[in-house]
Amino acid sequence: MIQITFVEHGGTHHTIDIPEGMSLMQAAVNHNVPGIDADCGGSMTCGTCRVCVPLDAQPVTGERSSLEQQMLEFSGLDGSGVRLSCQLVARPEFNGLRLQIPESQV
Amino acid sequence: MTQNNRERVVVVGAGHGGGLTVAFLRQFGYAGEITLIGEETVLPYQRPPLSKAWLKGEVSQESLALRPPAFYVDQNIDLHLGVRAERIDVQARHVVLASGQEIPYDHLVLATGAHARTLPIPGVQLSNVMTLRTLVDAEHIRSALGPGKKLIIIGGGYVGLECAATARALGVEVTVLARAPRLLERVASEPVSAFLQRFHESKGVTFRLNAVIEAILGDTRAECVLLTDGTQLSCDAVLVGVGAIPTASMAQAIGLRCDDGIVVDADCRTSDPHIFAIGDVAKRPHPLYGRELRLESVPSCMEQAKRVAACITGREPAAAEVPWFWSDQYDLKLQIAGLPFEADETVVRGNPDEAKFAVFHLRAGHIVTVEAINAPPEFFAGKKLIGSGKTVAGDKLKDSTVPLTDLAA
Ligand SMILES: Cc1cc2nc3c(=O)[nH]c(=O)nc-3n(C[C@H](O)[C@H](O)[C@H](O)COP(=O)(O)OP(=O)(O)OC[C@H]3O[C@@H](n4cnc5c(N)ncnc54)[C@H](O)[C@@H]3O)c2cc1C
Ligand code: FES
Repeated sequence: MIQITFVEHGGTHHTIDIPEGMSLMQAAVNHNVPGIDADCGGSMTCGTCRVCVPLDAQPVTGERSSLEQQMLEFSGLDGSGVRLSCQLVARPEFNGLRLQIPESQV
Repeated sequence: MTQNNRERVVVVGAGHGGGLTVAFLRQFGYAGEITLIGEETVLPYQRPPLSKAWLKGEVSQESLALRPPAFYVDQNIDLHLGVRAERIDVQARHVVLASGQEIPYDHLVLATGAHARTLPIPGVQLSNVMTLRTLVDAEHIRSALGPGKKLIIIGGGYVGLECAATARALGVEVTVLARAPRLLERVASEPVSAFLQRFHESKGVTFRLNAVIEAILGDTRAECVLLTDGTQLSCDAVLVGVGAIPTASMAQAIGLRCDDGIVVDADCRTSDPHIFAIGDVAKRPHPLYGRELRLESVPSCMEQAKRVAACITGREPAAAEVPWFWSDQYDLKLQIAGLPFEADETVVRGNPDEAKFAVFHLRAGHIVTVEAINAPPEFFAGKKLIGSGKTVAGDKLKDSTVPLTDLAA
């Protein structure tokens, strides 16, 4: 199991054990974590599953694909660590990752 | 606010909207009892993949579920699946199930969705004439598809076109019959329907527009479709995709205000203050458009589920969202935001021949709709501009060399 912590905008933490291969969006949704709506269920059309990866963990989560890049470019929230959590698939190296959930996904 | 443990919410319809309502209630800290009643036998699931990834066999049934089975146990949600709610007793404030069981409520949420429209023509009852709304329908369709099979799709809407794309990927011969002179006549602009028609044709789909169907012929199974001009088209299966009708009969029976759906206010309340309605069945006033709309989309039912959960728990509701919708066909990603009411200018940005473009519709210099094909930046920039109501210059918008940042600033 890979342990991931989602931190709500207000500071509330949700620490979840995730099996390898599951997307972080799916894990958050399964645990009803507030702030990850994921309207499109992971088909990369909605942009409502955004999370912010802290600077030191960015080498672990890797680069955005070009489509993910396009999805984030004008989403109103495009800092360097912002990712679509449906595109982050749990790997052992992710263990201990802390992800910040934005105030709003709209 | 509402932390009264004895309070009871009952949700009728365990589809997308019903499933989200119970999830948001718990997310917002609702501590009372929650009962979810659904006619389908499975847990709430996502319908969009039924015409796309699931139909193609790319994703599992498990992945369609809105929440895993353990969620309903952990969150203490009382499930009644595979059972129909028959009627509502507004005086006694309970719902009567087909089994005779009475379920009392303090707040009732109707999330009964919509059901597939059929055609008033001979032959629609034949076993291989299908519609698509549920997982059971989708299983039926999937078993009818295979290399070399001939599928006739009646209707040129999104669901029909998505099934056409999926069926082609599975090697099926596809003919789409539409009564209108163009595809997606009521829901997409002319440049988008023209582009999609060409794209589908390049993938081998045959279209017959302005087609009027006389009958579907066959003994027990459909063997051919007969048009009023005498043309006979042979087939192995027929998919009727001519839209959906809101499932409002239970609401009508108790005299709730209905008009092509259950009429609700901005808080999703019906004409009975104890009863809410959301999703495909609800017709609501939209502040961005100043009119009543019944939207059939996941984002709209998500927004309404959140709104109801906020109302019941006494939370400040979120601001109204710009309506949007998506569709996937082949490797085309369609994202549409806004509604094209009273647009007076249409601008195309990008190149349809490269299958990467966006059509913007403006009214008095404001963007009211964006239809983006393989163009997520245009979609998100457009959606933001619809929401902000900022004025943009059509000639700048049309010029792909003018960066979107200069428009969306
Ligand atoms: C094939 C297909 C593809 C789609 N693709 C997209 C897409 O790409 N993007 C998008 O945004 N939207 C899409 N949609 C639309 C989206 O799925 C709907 O808007 C959404 O499901 C609406 O949710 P709902 O809860 O209102 O209705 P539903 O999800 O239909 O749920 C209603 C439920 O209520 C149950 N019910 C009805 N009456 C009773 C009763 N009396 N007692 C008990 N249960 C009852 C029904 O059995 C059903 O399970 C698609 C729809 C379909 C069918
Ligand atoms: S879930 Fe829609 S983009 Fe990630």
